[in-house]
Amino acid sequence: MGFLIDRDLYIPAIDAWIDPPDPRPRAIITHGHADHARSGHGAVLATPDTVEIMKVRYGEDCAGEFQKLEFGKPLDIDGTEVTFFPAGHILGSAQVLIEAKGQRVVVTGDYKRLPDRTAQPFEPVSCDLLVTEATFGLPVFQHPDPRDEIARLLKSVVAQPERSHLVGCYALGKAQRVIALLRDAGWDKPIYLHGAMIRLCELYQSLGVDLGELIPATGMPKPAMAGQIVIAPPSAIRDRWSRRFPDPVVCQASGWMSVKQRARQALVELPLVISDHCDWGELNTSILESTAETVWVTHGREDALVYWCRQQGLDAEPLALPGLDDDGGEGGE
Amino acid sequence: MKRFADLLELLALTPSRLRKLEALRRYFSEVPDPDRGIALAVLTGELDVRNVKPALLRDTVLAEVDQTLFALSYDYVGDLGETIALIWPHKAEGELPGLAELVDLLNHTSKADLPRVIGGLLSQAAIHERWALVKLATGSLRIGVSARLAKTALAEMSGIDLQEIEEVWHGLKPPYANLFAWLEGKADRPDIDHTARFHPLMLSNPIEDRDFEKLDPRDFSAEWKWDGIRVQLVMGSQGVSMFSRTGDEISASFPDVVESALGQAVLDGELLVGHDFDARSFNDLQQRLNRKVAQGKQMQELPAFVRVYDILFDGDEDVRALGWEARRARLEAWFAENPQTRLDLSEVLPFSSWDDLGKLRRQGADEHGHEGVMIKLRTAPYVPGRPKGNWYKWKRDPNVVDAVLMYAQRGHGKRSSYYSDYTFGVWKGNEIVPIGKAYFGFTDEELKQLDKWIRAHTTASFGPVREVKKELVFEVAFDSAQKSGRHKSGVALRFPRINRIRWDKPAQEAARLEDMDAFVG
Repeated sequence: MGFLIDRDLYIPAIDAWIDPPDPRPRAIITHGHADHARSGHGAVLATPDTVEIMKVRYGEDCAGEFQKLEFGKPLDIDGTEVTFFPAGHILGSAQVLIEAKGQRVVVTGDYKRLPDRTAQPFEPVSCDLLVTEATFGLPVFQHPDPRDEIARLLKSVVAQPERSHLVGCYALGKAQRVIALLRDAGWDKPIYLHGAMIRLCELYQSLGVDLGELIPATGMPKPAMAGQIVIAPPSAIRDRWSRRFPDPVVCQASGWMSVKQRARQALVELPLVISDHCDWGELNTSILESTAETVWVTHGREDALVYWCRQQGLDAEPLALPGLDDDGGEGGE
Repeated sequence: MKRFADLLELLALTPSRLRKLEALRRYFSEVPDPDRGIALAVLTGELDVRNVKPALLRDTVLAEVDQTLFALSYDYVGDLGETIALIWPHKAEGELPGLAELVDLLNHTSKADLPRVIGGLLSQAAIHERWALVKLATGSLRIGVSARLAKTALAEMSGIDLQEIEEVWHGLKPPYANLFAWLEGKADRPDIDHTARFHPLMLSNPIEDRDFEKLDPRDFSAEWKWDGIRVQLVMGSQGVSMFSRTGDEISASFPDVVESALGQAVLDGELLVGHDFDARSFNDLQQRLNRKVAQGKQMQELPAFVRVYDILFDGDEDVRALGWEARRARLEAWFAENPQTRLDLSEVLPFSSWDDLGKLRRQGADEHGHEGVMIKLRTAPYVPGRPKGNWYKWKRDPNVVDAVLMYAQRGHGKRSSYYSDYTFGVWKGNEIVPIGKAYFGFTDEELKQLDKWIRAHTTASFGPVREVKKELVFEVAFDSAQKSGRHKSGVALRFPRINRIRWDKPAQEAARLEDMDAFVG
């Protein structure tokens, strides 16, 4: 059976690409992370939040033109319908449903199913072909409740009031989610930000995500930072930038942090297992719920998930998409 | 169990030694017997959960998890214990029993029943606890905590000297209730049979040039400084045990020594390998040290012996309060009475002035590769620790080589934001090949300058490692060089440190691999 989409995530019927790594005349963008949203496309179709994120990250004219499409509203292009459904990954992140000639194809982009008030909650979508990510596609990944992880962070802050806690987070999505989790756990002191975090936090707040009082960390006197929480990119928490804080506790919020050897190698003293991707169980559930008979697996540890799908009697294969980070951060972000 | 799991995680991830000690102190003073004693046994490697082996754990997991998925996961995680802890797919109600109860359960479950019991425990455990459970069951911690650190925490917690704790340690058994009672002032020091335990060693200080003017050579004796490892032989009515300088028992690796030693005494000496008491290189000794259990072929090719230089107990009699000269007389008399095949006496070197001894030291280094000489005060009693003015080591001058900085890696703890671990190399034809790695020998100020230089001269990054332009020369000091199959250069340095940073020296003038041949003994 021919599918509406090919293995490079190109849709011939409407001459459009999903998350292309190179500039294309027409691109559908699932979400704002750099390994999915690049600058230089001709026309971009994305959710309103994703369009705003791209403009903040790459500039107002990072694409020839933008078309915003709300969640759940089908857009008919010459008989092919494109609909966005929330992916729960970051603010504005979407799964893309392509529907024509009675065939339904869903490209998940990155997604997660645990609650997160900084992103529109994931909705399962039924389809014939599911293109799923597999960032944490191994059964060793069993993400804990993020609220428990935040409780561990707060316990450490209380126990060591003379030290700063530096929490390494990617600037888009993870940072805002960690801040929101802290607020929901009752942390109402100001939260301090590395410069790279500021614009995107401001954008989230302007889009209606309440993050409380945020203050730039740079320029604060060292003693004032004792007992405070600082959010910074992972690259900064162990680097020279961290020397301005009193005896910092290096924390990192990432799904990879469940592997202690990794935390040790990264010199992380307090690993926080907070992920914006599905864990193994959620990937399994999502695949079964989609009722898809064919599954293409990309972004991460494809082997194990393809193997598992075949065990379930599904037609599955890995997609080797170019330009995607296989083993760096969470899907490169 | 949760408390123990939290402790293990903190110990594994906290770079600061002080914080590790603080966490250990708090744990030992807050957790009751017998759980704290079991934790102590785990941390000091004394706990033996006999029937639980990694293979059993693996089989238990493979009964629940697809083999291919397990293999892919293990491949990714890289550590069997951690893979098992992370992958266990079941969750059950209930809490894990306390540490002591848990160990008791594992030790009293029949082999046939163990997979079911372990499966039940893994299901009850939270993810952090599973990791601790696997570590506990397999006994392989690898979390960067030594037995000595755990004992240091006990000393700090109780105010009792670490040496006193080490004195009794080898006569104690988990869960150490009598030890804790003593540490907390609720009971007397445990009474231990000396013939079955380790006695802390007397150590030396390096001698400085200015020391010689103040010291009269007639007050001192001298011996060669042997290039082996320091051991203590405890020879009692129950048999012979051999301990390393930190009190770890190493008898099983050296049955050739232990089984042939005759008589009763506690002796201090150097473990060496070679035929007919002719000591071979440290490299050869290392081949024996790497084996937990000795192998026949190795014992034939590299027979071990102990070169004895002191006596702590003569029969049952504690002679540590005697001066060196009196102990030496006892030692010689003991050897006359107890002929040995694998123990011999360390030779006393004749000299009349420090210049004399200096000449001997140079000659010994050049002709026999001796590490230097030991200088001992004739009247000094045997005092554990490093008492000033009693024993000195006078090492031969270090070798130096000019090498080029190749890679720099971030340090740990306080240095984690600095590139402080350096790999350096020498020329082989037109390329530079690594010969070693060093992370000390420079001041804090120099570290800052090096960090800055490295950031400005990085050519590539691999995780925490930076490759730099091959432009900066270090004068590297080292004790000796050995042939090594592990390094691309074929040479490995012992105890390398940065002697000087040669900001002025062009990399072209650094040493060549051929130059290293002269150092390989």
